[in-house]
Amino acid sequence: MAVAIQCRDLRKTYDGKVEAVRGLNLEIQTGECFGLLGPNGAGKTTTIEILEGLLEPTSGEVSILGHSWRENAREMREWLGISLQETRLSEKLSVRETVELFASFYREPRSCDEVLEQLQLMEKADAWVGKLSGGQRQRLAVATALVCNPKILFLDEPTTGLDPQSRRQLWDIIREFQRAGGTVLLTTHYMDEAERLCDRLAIVDHGEIIAAGSPADLIERLGGHHVVEFAVSAKTKTKTKTTGNSEGAELAAWRGLPSVESVREDDGMVALSVKEPHLTIPALLDAVGKQGSELQHLTTRQASLEDVFVRLTGRHLREE
Amino acid sequence: MSVAQQTSVAEGKVPWKQPPRRNGRWAGYFHLLTARMLELKREPEVVFWVFVFPLLLALGLGIAFRNKPGDASSVAIVAGAGAQDAEALLQRSPRHASFKIEVRDGEAARKGFRLGKYDLVIEPDGGGGLRYRYDPGRPESVLARAEVDDALQTAAGRKDVVATAIVTSSEPGSRYIDFMIPGLLGMNLMNSGMWGIGFALVDMRQRKLLKRFVGTPMRRGDFLLALMSSRLVLMVIEIGLLLTLGVIVFHMRVVGSLFAILLLGSAGAMCFGGVGLLTASRAQKIESVSGLMNLVMMPMWIFSGVFFSYERFPAVIQPLIKALPLTALNDALRATILEGTPLMHQWPRLLVMFLWGGVSFVLALKWFRWT
Repeated sequence: MAVAIQCRDLRKTYDGKVEAVRGLNLEIQTGECFGLLGPNGAGKTTTIEILEGLLEPTSGEVSILGHSWRENAREMREWLGISLQETRLSEKLSVRETVELFASFYREPRSCDEVLEQLQLMEKADAWVGKLSGGQRQRLAVATALVCNPKILFLDEPTTGLDPQSRRQLWDIIREFQRAGGTVLLTTHYMDEAERLCDRLAIVDHGEIIAAGSPADLIERLGGHHVVEFAVSAKTKTKTKTTGNSEGAELAAWRGLPSVESVREDDGMVALSVKEPHLTIPALLDAVGKQGSELQHLTTRQASLEDVFVRLTGRHLREE
Repeated sequence: MSVAQQTSVAEGKVPWKQPPRRNGRWAGYFHLLTARMLELKREPEVVFWVFVFPLLLALGLGIAFRNKPGDASSVAIVAGAGAQDAEALLQRSPRHASFKIEVRDGEAARKGFRLGKYDLVIEPDGGGGLRYRYDPGRPESVLARAEVDDALQTAAGRKDVVATAIVTSSEPGSRYIDFMIPGLLGMNLMNSGMWGIGFALVDMRQRKLLKRFVGTPMRRGDFLLALMSSRLVLMVIEIGLLLTLGVIVFHMRVVGSLFAILLLGSAGAMCFGGVGLLTASRAQKIESVSGLMNLVMMPMWIFSGVFFSYERFPAVIQPLIKALPLTALNDALRATILEGTPLMHQWPRLLVMFLWGGVSFVLALKWFRWT
């Protein structure tokens, strides 16, 4: 497999002070769907725009299918389909006119009707862009990217703000493109999107990759596929809620339960990363009983990328 | 790659079956121009401000300042002893048709004079003499005083020592409307050039459409060229409409050739296209570019002789006024339309436009922010 996108030690500093990207390395294979996952302001958009050749990096190397933006940018643009975060296409042009316009920039574009068909926009072909719903607009944005018959598709937050049905439609389109041999790089702050769509992904925070791998790998590395969350009533607890130390000690106590890989406190509840819940839960109930306190809440669920992110950063993905 | 394709064939899904088509060198330019024209056509406000508004302006001003037959001076005589005599004397004058005379009491006459209803107030002093009340700062008032005095003296029996004769001349070509229509053309080319290019660009930049375009192999030069070309197409329509109105409604006489006029129009459109491009080369928001454009255009609205001749401004600033692109365009349009001056004799004006447009264009390309 050839390398589709590669970057080495990518850095971008705005106005000499704001460090948006701080030494990023990526290597994306052809035919892969790769995701950059991270909270708002993590540097995802800056990164993808540098890779798209729209922003000049402060330092670092970018190579797209073995070519550099400094050598033959125009030729490289023939291979790339791009959908930016929130481009507002001209409202007074029809869907077909818009796609035809974008098609006209490429040497060998696909047939417009075919792309509209593929993106289920045929019945809206003659409607003005201004009359489209959010989901239709987003599909049109992807249509303007797909009409050039790209080798690589760049999607910056393609489903942000869409309803669940529109999101699924877009996921199908992305998968279809990938099945036909295309490479996809997308950014998202939805972990379910990353989990379902991406072969591999990199979690980005503060301009750096803090973890990379397949979704399953990342969850695996968390140390347990399950999460047990519970809350205990503080009935008999001596009210020593003053220092973080005692709480830390309390958390550490849960760490000793069988099959527990890690412990954290999350929104007033204790969350345990667990390999085998059937071993942990009876022991947990025992321990709570011995303390003389009561369980107020208990759930178990599959671990998600969100857990990975929280484990790595101590924050939630969607926190502002 | 091949494995992936085989799977998709096996599933009966071949995402693209039609062979790719080939685009020629100018496909992008052509589509950009078409898209721009379609957008303009579909924007009713644009059609109004670019085409209808200048016509309405020309019509309104043309009617307000049309040459009234005889251009009568309006005169008030203050009622009292001697008023009847003065009126009778004026009526006896051979030129009585050019006066509109009213006898009013002193208060009403002076009030009317203040409001511009009367150009002159005649106050009989009761002893056979007359006192003229006029405003030396109002040309029509000065004129009325001279005319009335002349008529009164002649009617009263003054003999002229030098024999004079008059020939009236109000040919098309020297009227206000003739002066104004070329000025209006120039101003319209400036307004629509600046807004048509500047506003459109900042709007596209704000919508991140420019960035999206730059993400394609689109030639940036083609994009700017298409924007400028759309201005040329509009320019032909703008000039055609206004000149047709002038000829049909106001019997304007177009002396210069249509070709020369269109050439000047193109020079003007390109010049202001360049200035518009420069004005909009960095601005990120519509609000900031609106302010900038008004700042750029304001001096030209005032100084460039759109509605009145710039000769009225002090001599010191005349060279500055003549260096403004709109002054050059207006002067050139007037000379060509009204006098048929050949373009070759207008090279300083063409040079002014070329320099403004060219320098702006080069600077704009240097500073242009695509993202």
